[in-house]
Amino acid sequence: MNNIFKKTAVVSLVGAGVLAASIANADEHPVKLGLLLPYSGTYTALGEAITNGLKLAIEQQDGQLGGRDVEFVELDSEANPSKAPQNMSRLVKGDNVDFVIGPVHSGVAMGMLRVAKQTGAITIIPNAGLGAATNELCMPNVFRTSFSMWQNSYPMGKVAYDQGHRKVVTITWDYAGGKEDIAGFEQAFTEAGGEIVEEILVPFPSTEFQSYLAQIASLKPDAVYTFFAGGGGVSFVRDYAASGLKDSIPLLGSGFLTEGNIAALGDAGDGVLTTMHYAETIESEANRNFVEAYEEAYGELPDTYAVQGYDTGMMLAQAMYAVDGNTEDKEALIEAFSKVHLNSPRGPMTFSDSHHPIQNVYLREIRNGKHDVVDVAYEQLEVPDDACRM
Amino acid sequence: MDLTFFGVQLLNGLQYGLLLFLIASGLTLIFGIMGIINLAHGAMYMIGAYLVYDLTMRLGNFWLAILIAIPIAIVLGLIIERLFLDTLYKRDHLYQVLLTFGLILVLNEAQRIIWGGDVHSVPVPAPFDASLQLTDNLQYSVYRLFVMGVCLALAGAIYWVIRHTRLGIIIRAGAVNRDMVEGLGINVRTLFTLIFSVGVALTAFAGMIAAPLTSIAPGMGDSILITCFVVVVIGGIGSIKGAFWGAILIGMAETFGSVLIPSLASMVIYLIMAAVLLVKPRGLFA
Repeated sequence: MNNIFKKTAVVSLVGAGVLAASIANADEHPVKLGLLLPYSGTYTALGEAITNGLKLAIEQQDGQLGGRDVEFVELDSEANPSKAPQNMSRLVKGDNVDFVIGPVHSGVAMGMLRVAKQTGAITIIPNAGLGAATNELCMPNVFRTSFSMWQNSYPMGKVAYDQGHRKVVTITWDYAGGKEDIAGFEQAFTEAGGEIVEEILVPFPSTEFQSYLAQIASLKPDAVYTFFAGGGGVSFVRDYAASGLKDSIPLLGSGFLTEGNIAALGDAGDGVLTTMHYAETIESEANRNFVEAYEEAYGELPDTYAVQGYDTGMMLAQAMYAVDGNTEDKEALIEAFSKVHLNSPRGPMTFSDSHHPIQNVYLREIRNGKHDVVDVAYEQLEVPDDACRM
Repeated sequence: MDLTFFGVQLLNGLQYGLLLFLIASGLTLIFGIMGIINLAHGAMYMIGAYLVYDLTMRLGNFWLAILIAIPIAIVLGLIIERLFLDTLYKRDHLYQVLLTFGLILVLNEAQRIIWGGDVHSVPVPAPFDASLQLTDNLQYSVYRLFVMGVCLALAGAIYWVIRHTRLGIIIRAGAVNRDMVEGLGINVRTLFTLIFSVGVALTAFAGMIAAPLTSIAPGMGDSILITCFVVVVIGGIGSIKGAFWGAILIGMAETFGSVLIPSLASMVIYLIMAAVLLVKPRGLFA
């Protein structure tokens, strides 16, 4: 008797344990987000802004995704392409994260995508703009919430032509990102009927622009289109203004020329026109709410990178809600991601078949230390991504 | 290429070359006399620029900022030499290379902690915030002319010290044969401290006066370091005269190379270095 009682007790205990475990599975087992972003080196500010935006979005969902708590695994990518495969493997295989979010740097993206292909890990790119990520290298498990070089520069080609410019000199660094950006501008500008008089390539990462400015002065184009970023962007815009060229030859650029650089540009930035998928001054409720919430949380104005992080979080929230927090069924998750429709601070945003954002690109002019939105340069622009076969 | 265009580029090449000289002079002194390959030289250039940015923002006056930043740079050089390098003189070169490489990492990280990852700039200071009309649509900042003048004056001063003072004789002798100088009863340790501090101060000063002309960003010293090593190797290690002509040569080569043979622009200076080393393996003036 005693024995039988013991047995039933054990069985029911085990049963209760199993039941408890299966209930707990939904509640206590958190969703793991692996962040592979630069937290040291040149791109630190970008990595931090993306992380801030992402965390803000998830906090706005009460810290949950699809009813599950969220755990962050943050790994410093050091913006170092040679460490990218190893870091990505560590997150996917070592930490068993459900999603990988990264990187900032296109070189790191190449290394990460290799591992994404081998492991099928769902990867969301919150910045890196190399075209190939959603084109030649596209894969079902990879999404991008940012931009491609082409997407930001293509709209400027038409803007330049419509403003009456017919002969343009382009100048950028001699590296993949710069050339992809220039190619987008050139495509639209020559399609419209304009002519590229000279395509200047500056050795990367030189910021010694004097000789090129003299060259531009002697070529006398109608406008100059440029892609530089970070310190190079500041140097170029300031040197361009100091050389007096700005008075006779308007300066056009991709948004990265001035993004995050406005304070350093000072007066030299006034009147510079750029195209980009975001501007802090967009007049919409979504943007106002976002800017307000971000300022309250971090004490500074958000930039494009913060928006990209924020939208990554909002996209996760929408897709995880759709699948009820189930991260086991990868196909259903990918399906849910591709159907995401965001009312983002940057405007409406959906994903193309290549998993690249379809979004507005804005024409912005620097006035009084802000990127003022002059116009929507291109509404809901989809990147062609012709080489993408999924 | 018409004559005006040629003249403008000549001016650009000269200005770039003179600034390069200022950075390279410290490098060649330290390299030639102390035998130390100071990889952290570029980081000192960066620190100079950040110091002057910080002080200009605080004090609102660029000139005052420079006056305060120079002693800070000298003290920084003094500390590094006394605390770190001093213990490594007896060791192999490799230890010194490792140390100065480590210093790059430390200084870059210190820069990030103190000033963050953002790009900054310093406005061109009065009374040089004007420009000259060079051609119908091209202006030239008066501040660039001022920088050229300062670099030339410093080049002259360094030349005078090395040619016409007792210290100069010791420095020249030290560059040729350090052991003999020591054997003659000269305190090499003090000499080393002096050389290193002056070398650091020169490059930091270059960063300071270049600040209004460039953007102040993390890692800004890393790329200039390589160009400066090319200058030093072309000119001859330890030779100030060599550093001067090497810098002018490289300044001109980069300026004209980028316009005349753009496809080779990034290689031009290395091709010149290779050519010089083929003819004069120890550099032009060594």
